[in-house]
Amino acid sequence: MVLAEMPSAGDEETGPFVNVHVTVNGAPRSATVETRTLLVHFLRENLSLTGTHIGCDTTNCGACTILLDGKAVKSCTILAVQADGREVRTVEGLETDGKLHPIQEGFIEEHGLQCGFCTPGMMMCSVALLQKNPHPTEEQIRRAISGNLCRCTGYVNIVKAIQHAANQMAGPSGGGRP
Amino acid sequence: MIPPRFEYFAPSSIDEAVQILDRFGGEAKVLAGGQSLLPVMKLRLAEPRALVDINRIPDLAHIREDAKSLRIGATTRTNDLNDSELIHARYPILSDAAYEIADPLVRNMGTVGGNVSHGDPANDLPACMLALGAHFVVRSPTGTRTIPAKEFYQDTFVTALESNELLLEIEIPKARSGQGNAYVKLEKRIGDFPIVGVAANLVLTTKGTIESAGLALTAVGPTALKATEAERHLVGKAPEEAAFQRAAELAQEITSPVSDLRGPAEYKRAMVRVLALRALHRASARAHGGA
Repeated sequence: MVLAEMPSAGDEETGPFVNVHVTVNGAPRSATVETRTLLVHFLRENLSLTGTHIGCDTTNCGACTILLDGKAVKSCTILAVQADGREVRTVEGLETDGKLHPIQEGFIEEHGLQCGFCTPGMMMCSVALLQKNPHPTEEQIRRAISGNLCRCTGYVNIVKAIQHAANQMAGPSGGGRP
Repeated sequence: MIPPRFEYFAPSSIDEAVQILDRFGGEAKVLAGGQSLLPVMKLRLAEPRALVDINRIPDLAHIREDAKSLRIGATTRTNDLNDSELIHARYPILSDAAYEIADPLVRNMGTVGGNVSHGDPANDLPACMLALGAHFVVRSPTGTRTIPAKEFYQDTFVTALESNELLLEIEIPKARSGQGNAYVKLEKRIGDFPIVGVAANLVLTTKGTIESAGLALTAVGPTALKATEAERHLVGKAPEEAAFQRAAELAQEITSPVSDLRGPAEYKRAMVRVLALRALHRASARAHGGA
């Protein structure tokens, strides 16, 4: 990557800057940002992808969970520049051609949310789990989402939602969709 | 919270990385997974002038076994220990620890090198490295040296690593027949720091007595602690309750836990004994071929 020119030379309050190129939900995106810009801010503010939420901002709650090269990570604790040249998938990338992803269907069918704040992170974490382990046990599901906090549901329906998605994806209509 | 400003470097070679570290003379920090560094920067507990991102350096992430050692590259992700059949089968102490470090999402970014070199007494892998007798391979602009884990941890967040040195690899003595090890940790909830952790590594002779022992403790002193007296006590003994009881007491004696949100000091000290017993029994069972 190339260190970028400061857009406002002499401004003591900003910089240094860096060009960041990331493939987000399959499309190449880029922006010039401060080196200290966190990935979650890059997604929300530079790319206007506000489905990725900021909850605790301290690596605890998992509301900011996205997939980086297919792995679930907390985007509040990653610099945008660390994603340079890599692939990011956010909740906006789950729906394809107007059709909801099985995990989205699962959260609807099983009432896996109340306020919905944790839901994008929960779903991204679940997608990563089901890619790696298409038939998780309840224990494996609970372990997998242990870095994602929900203060409404008590997790029962979230677990059901993930099981619903696993069944759909394994079934004949699911077609092994990632 | 946004971290303070810094210059960012993403060197493509080890030599380039240590040159940059050298140039900044202690004012640069190495960025590996960032799961400890970025939080402390957000809180302004660290304000480095520069970050040296080592993730673009080829071949720093690996787990391989050669004739003498298990070698783990510095940017190996903590979850890679969980996903490694080799680690599960031959170095279960590391998969025990890796399974419970922070949470699954943090483990996808956080690195083994970062966990061992950060110098936080509450990190889990330092005790494992002390129990296993690991060595850390580090590079500076003037060359490469190898630091034994037992000389590495000097004080809280203070290690033997110089500001112009980069940890490249962790060398662990190759697993032998008759060896068993385990890491046992007490934590309030997933993602929290441990209340206490204990790492145990036993090698048994063909007659079944203890040939060598490693025992080390997490979160009960200024650094991870190597329980040298306890280890010495175990050598030559049968791997049984009596020897383990005494070793656990000896381990307790070197601790200096502090009372905090995770419990009073006396509770933590009591748990050192309990967890040391569990870790030693599990290590012994594994040395006998059990899980």
